[in-house]
Amino acid sequence: MTDQAIDIPQRESSILRMFKSMALLRESGVGMVGGGIIVFWVLVALFANVLAPYPPNATLMPLQGPGTGYILDGSAQIAGQPASEACSPIGTGENQGKFDCGTFWLGTDHIGRDILSRIIHGSRQVLTFGPLATFCAYLVGIPMGLAAGYRRGTVDDVLSFIANVILSFPVLVLYVIIIATVGASAANIVIAVTFASAPGIMRIVRGLALDLRNREYVFAAETRGESPWRIMIIEILPNARGPLIVDACLRLGYVIITIGVLGFLGLGLPPPDPDWGGMINETRQMAMAFPHMAAFPCIAISSLVLGFNLLADGLREVSLRD
Amino acid sequence: MLIFVMRRVGTMVLTMVVVSMLLFLLLEISPGSVAVKVLGPYSSEEQREIWMEQNGYNDPLALRYFRWLGNFVVGDFGESIRFKTPVADVLWPRLANTGILALATLGVVVPLALGLGVLAGMREGSRLDRTISIASIITTSIPEFASAVLLAAIFVFYLDLLPGTSGMSDGFDIVQLILPVMVLVLYDFGYVARMTRASMAEVMTTHYIRTAVLKGLPYKTVIMRHALRNALIAPFTVIMLQINWLLSGVIVVEFFFAYKGFGALLLEASLNQDIYLIEACAMVAVFVAVATQTLSDVGYTYLNPRIRFA
Repeated sequence: MTDQAIDIPQRESSILRMFKSMALLRESGVGMVGGGIIVFWVLVALFANVLAPYPPNATLMPLQGPGTGYILDGSAQIAGQPASEACSPIGTGENQGKFDCGTFWLGTDHIGRDILSRIIHGSRQVLTFGPLATFCAYLVGIPMGLAAGYRRGTVDDVLSFIANVILSFPVLVLYVIIIATVGASAANIVIAVTFASAPGIMRIVRGLALDLRNREYVFAAETRGESPWRIMIIEILPNARGPLIVDACLRLGYVIITIGVLGFLGLGLPPPDPDWGGMINETRQMAMAFPHMAAFPCIAISSLVLGFNLLADGLREVSLRD
Repeated sequence: MLIFVMRRVGTMVLTMVVVSMLLFLLLEISPGSVAVKVLGPYSSEEQREIWMEQNGYNDPLALRYFRWLGNFVVGDFGESIRFKTPVADVLWPRLANTGILALATLGVVVPLALGLGVLAGMREGSRLDRTISIASIITTSIPEFASAVLLAAIFVFYLDLLPGTSGMSDGFDIVQLILPVMVLVLYDFGYVARMTRASMAEVMTTHYIRTAVLKGLPYKTVIMRHALRNALIAPFTVIMLQINWLLSGVIVVEFFFAYKGFGALLLEASLNQDIYLIEACAMVAVFVAVATQTLSDVGYTYLNPRIRFA
């Protein structure tokens, strides 16, 4: 018997496949818009130091409306330098002898910090702690869900009861009580989000695992004698990724809203570093007289959440198509 | 059916016990500060110690918990340290206020969301469908605090049409209810509308709708008599769950508009470590959560005879 050359097609590298599936998103206009918004904010966060016209915590000139110029006398100090050296002079008109030090495009807040710079720097906080908290929630929720769905029996009963207890409790109430009790800090926000979101993630993963555990490749792995955790993580989890990715996008949006709500209730990241929810909280008392102070951070946070929601919608649309 | 409800009640009681125990443990993490909250930062160490002793805070945790549990079961919710009155005296009026807010919100959300969802799902992929779908994604993406600020800026600052707070200090005033309800409706209707749309779109692909269209029934009759009945079953569950969401979702709105409701009460209780008030609020929250879920399950079976309790 002669050797027969069997032509097994080479499997594409996983990175290439990832890019190809990302390219699929191009078919969904909504998803592209969402992705665009997210990329925009990620770029803003990465280049915050370059983009922000002023330091985010510097008190410059209080209660300025959007678009006001930052005009100083020559003797005034700006960033350790006299304005006459740091800024360009205005030669004519009533501003003779004064210096133009840029513009407050979105105005300043009640203690004179530039709102645009604070929004730009605030994007770092949101885009660090939002994904971090979501990631931690998945880190806890996925093993729980896999164990409950694959092992079933007592493990499932116990884990499902714990999840039901936490879920029967209104989420926001849970956050408020945890944060108000253990104190407001970045780590505690991450812990609270993990605690409150993990049960929901567990339920989703459990449902997917219940379905996938009856597939032939799982039986094959069991016959090969692979360990349960290996089966759960190598065989089941990768095949559950579709719905999980969509859920992660939606959940990121919720988590960003949550971090915003906590900031808004005064339970967010400690001042003075800018955080969008906190900016709204600090200025909402004056929102009736100076709406721009709170309105721009509101628009920023809404646009980011919209980005994640649109992306999730686009991903769902694309994944349902094939 | 009866067994099903009984089992749910059992789960509810068990959940309540576990939640109340967890809350006691959680509040135990930061001891001592309760006395500071009551007596103020300038009270002496001695005064705080006496207060703690008098109010039984020095007893072991288990003893305090069972004392609370024993009183709670017979309807004595304890005394609020924040309001210095029995918990029941603040809890029920606040709950009634939130009930009014929730009822007004549902009164707008349900017809609006069902109407838009049905319109969108009727012809999947049409321009109307896309417009409604995208509009609902946009409105659900705006957090309540953001829409509260933006709507207040428009209607209070620029147009000067509505009052900016809803404290109801001079008795009940329906005008003060408009802005909070608007914010809640804006955030909530999109979700219900999307669920209705999905349900309606699914019904429109079924064989009995195709049959109805092919036998020559007018489109309006197909929708009104065949599609709607089946399409509205799933949104019923979603709407029931909104009641639960409204109970706690109102925290932000009540806080912003200074509305004296349940959410604001819970926030205040948490910030002041008012343990008996928190416990009572939490028990109400768990009760409402389990009750709405049970009601939605029972209602679902009633509406959809194909599902029977096992």
